[in-house]
Amino acid sequence: MSVNWKNIGLFGVVALLLLWTGLFQSWNSALLIINMGLISAIMALGVNMQWGYAGLFNVGVMGFVALGGLAVVITSEAPVAEAWAAGGPRVLAGLAFAVGVLAAAVALYKRMAPGRSRALALTVLLVGGFFAYRAIFDPAVDAVESVNPAATGYLGGLGLPVAVAWLVGGLLAAGVAWAIGKTALGLRSDYLAIATLGISEIVIAVLKNEEWLARGVKNVNGLDRPWPVPYEVDLQQSAEFVDWATGWGLDPVITSSIVVKLAFAGLFIIVLAVLMWMSQAALNSPWGRMMRAIRDNEVAAEAMGKDVTRRHLQVFILGSAVIGIAGAMMTTLDGLFTPGTYQPLRYTFLVWVMVIVGGSGSNWGSVLGGFVIWFFWVQVEPLGRWLMDMLTSGMAADSALRAHLIDSAAHMRLLTMGVILLLVLRFSPRGLIPEK
Amino acid sequence: MDFLNAIVALSNYVLIPAIAYGSQLALGALGVTLIYGILRFSNFAHGDSMAFGAMVTILFTWWFQSMGITLGPLPTALLALPFGILGAAALLLATDRVVYRFYRRVKAKPIVFVMASIGVMFILNGLVRFIIGPGDQRFADGERFIISARDFREWSGLSEALVLKTSQGITIVTAVVVVAVLFWFLNRTRTGKSMRAFSDNEDLALLSGINPERVVMYTWLIVAALATIAGVLYGLDKSFKPFTYFQLLLPIFASAIVGGLGSPLGAIAGGFVIAFSEVMVTYAWKKVLGYLLPDSLAPDGLVQLLSTDYKFAVSFAILVVVLLFKPTGLFKGKSV
Repeated sequence: MSVNWKNIGLFGVVALLLLWTGLFQSWNSALLIINMGLISAIMALGVNMQWGYAGLFNVGVMGFVALGGLAVVITSEAPVAEAWAAGGPRVLAGLAFAVGVLAAAVALYKRMAPGRSRALALTVLLVGGFFAYRAIFDPAVDAVESVNPAATGYLGGLGLPVAVAWLVGGLLAAGVAWAIGKTALGLRSDYLAIATLGISEIVIAVLKNEEWLARGVKNVNGLDRPWPVPYEVDLQQSAEFVDWATGWGLDPVITSSIVVKLAFAGLFIIVLAVLMWMSQAALNSPWGRMMRAIRDNEVAAEAMGKDVTRRHLQVFILGSAVIGIAGAMMTTLDGLFTPGTYQPLRYTFLVWVMVIVGGSGSNWGSVLGGFVIWFFWVQVEPLGRWLMDMLTSGMAADSALRAHLIDSAAHMRLLTMGVILLLVLRFSPRGLIPEK
Repeated sequence: MDFLNAIVALSNYVLIPAIAYGSQLALGALGVTLIYGILRFSNFAHGDSMAFGAMVTILFTWWFQSMGITLGPLPTALLALPFGILGAAALLLATDRVVYRFYRRVKAKPIVFVMASIGVMFILNGLVRFIIGPGDQRFADGERFIISARDFREWSGLSEALVLKTSQGITIVTAVVVVAVLFWFLNRTRTGKSMRAFSDNEDLALLSGINPERVVMYTWLIVAALATIAGVLYGLDKSFKPFTYFQLLLPIFASAIVGGLGSPLGAIAGGFVIAFSEVMVTYAWKKVLGYLLPDSLAPDGLVQLLSTDYKFAVSFAILVVVLLFKPTGLFKGKSV
C-alpha cells in the first residue's frame, strides 16, 4: 500500500490550524476544539456509515445525539431514592403496560383476519389501552415530579460508571433506529428522511417535557466524569499538583483545566480509534463490499439474493448507535444535559456538512471533515463579527442598519454552511478524501 | 341549552381553529405535492420558502402601513401579498436555476435533490433570520374579529361564546378561492394539462412536445404563490417566527404523504386530516364534556389526550400509520 501524501497533508493542515490556535489564542481553546472535533468525527463516522456505505439519508441526527445525552443521565446519575419510593415502580409499570398494549395490538393485527371486526378490536384495544396507561402513568409522574422539584424532581439514574453510559447511549439510539427503520426502510428513499426528521423533533419534545425522566428543560448538571479524568477543583487543591505546575513555571488554574481536557482527549481518541478500526475492517470485508454493491445498484444486488431492506436496517442501526455514543460522550464532556440546546442546524446539518466535505463513503474523510468543519464552525463566528464590523465601519455608530447587521452576523453561520454544502455537492461531490 | 353550549364550545375551540389550520396545511402540502409530482423530490426547503414569502409580505405591509395605506377592516397584508408572491417566485426561480437545474440535467438520484433542498433550506433560513431577525413579528391589523365573544353572547343568550377571528375567516375564504383557481388551472388550461401530463408520464409528455423547462418554471411559480399565501395566512392567524415555519415542515409532509404524494386532492384531504387530529388530540375536552354529560359524570381532569407540546407527535404518528399500512396514501399517490 503506497503512502497517500495528499491525505496526510490534509491532516497536517488541520494540525497546523490547531497549533496556530494554541499559539495565538490559547491552548485551552485549541484543546476544546480538539475534543469537540473528536466527537464530531465520531458523529460523522456514524452518518457516513448510513450515507456513505448504504445511501440512507438520516435527517434526524440530532435526535440520536440527544438520546445519547439522555443515556448519560439515566445511567450515571445517582438514583433519587425518594422519587423512586414515590412513584418509580409505577412509572415503569405504566411504560411496560404501554409496550404490552402495543405488542398485543401487533399480535391482534397478525392473528385476526382483515375486516371490520379486526379494525374494531384494534381501535378498542388501543383507545382503552391509552386511557388505562394514562391512569397508571400520570399519578406516578406527578408524584415523582413533586419530590423536591428545585433540586431533583426526577427518578435519577442507575448510578453506574459513565463509560457504561456511553454504551447505553449507543443502545438507546439503536433501539429508536430499529423502530424508525422498520417503518420507513424499504419504501421510497425520501420517506426515511421525513421519518427521521419527525422522530428527532419528537425525541427533543419528549426530553423537554418529561421531567420525571431527565428534568426536562430544568437540565441536569454536574454529571460524573469517566474514570481517569480528574476534576479541576481537586487538582487545584492537591498540593502535589500545584507544586508540579509551579515547578514547571505554569499557572496551576490554567494547567488544571488543560490536564482535564487532555485526559478527555485521550479517552475520546481511544473510542475513535476503536470505531475507526472496526469500520475500516467492516468496509474492507465482504460485508462492506456487499453494502457498496447494494448502494450502487439495488436491483442487481437484490437479484443476487441480497436482502436489501434487512441490510439497510442493519447499517442504519449501526450508524445510529455510533451517533448515540458520540452524543453520550458530548454530554459527558459538557458535564450537563440541556435538552433546550439541541438544534437541527448544529446537530443534524453540521454533521452532514462534515460528511459531505470530508468525502462520503470514506471513513478517514469523515474524521477529517469532522475536524475541519468544527474548526471553522468555532472560528467563523468571531471572523464573521469582525467582517461585519469592517463592512459597516463606514456607517454612523448609532445607525440602526449597522446595529442590525452586527446583530445578525450570528445567522451568517446558517447561510455559510448551506452554501458550503451546495458548493461541495455540486462541484466536488466526492469530497476532500474520496472513497477508493 | 347545554347541548347548544357544547356545540358552540366545540366549534369555537376545535372546529374553527382546525378548519383554519387545515386550510393553511393544505395550501402548504399542495406546494410540496406539486414539486413532488413534477420535479420528483421532497422539497425540504418548502417551510422556509413559506417563511421567505411571508417575510417579503411583512416588509411590504410595514411599508404600506408607514405610508398610511390600509385596507380598512381587512389586514394590510392582503395588499402586500402579491409583492410577497413576486419576491418568493423570483427566489424560487433563482434557486432552481442555480441549484436544481444542474441535477436535473445529470439526472441525479432523488435523494441528491433532497440533500440540495436541505442546503437551500438552511440558506433561506439564514437569509430570513438575517433580514427580519429570529424573533416574533406581528403584522396583523384591521378588525380583529368577525364575530366577537360579546356580540355573540348578546345575540344568542348562551353562556358559551362563538369567536371568529378575521384571520380565520380570511384563511378559509382565501383557501377556497386558491384551491378553486388551482384546480381550474390544472384541469382546464393548456399549461395545467401539460403539467399533469408531465407528472403522469415524463417520457410520453416529452414525446408529445412538452417543453420540460417551461413546465418546471410554471410549477415553481405556482408553488411560490401557494407557499407565500400559506405562510402569510399562518402568520396572520398565529404569528410570524422563522423557526415555527421550519417546524411546520413535518405536518406539511405528513399531510402530503397521508393524501398521497403527487395528488393535489390528496394534499387538501391530508391537510385537514392532520389538522383535525392535531387539534382534537391536544384539546382539553373538559368543557365540552361538562356540558354534554350529566353533572354526576362530569370529568375531573382536563380530558386532554396529549399536551400541546406533543402536537408534532400526532402528525408523526399518523405518518407512521400511513407508511405502515398504505404507503401510497389515501388518494393513490406515486409510490416510486
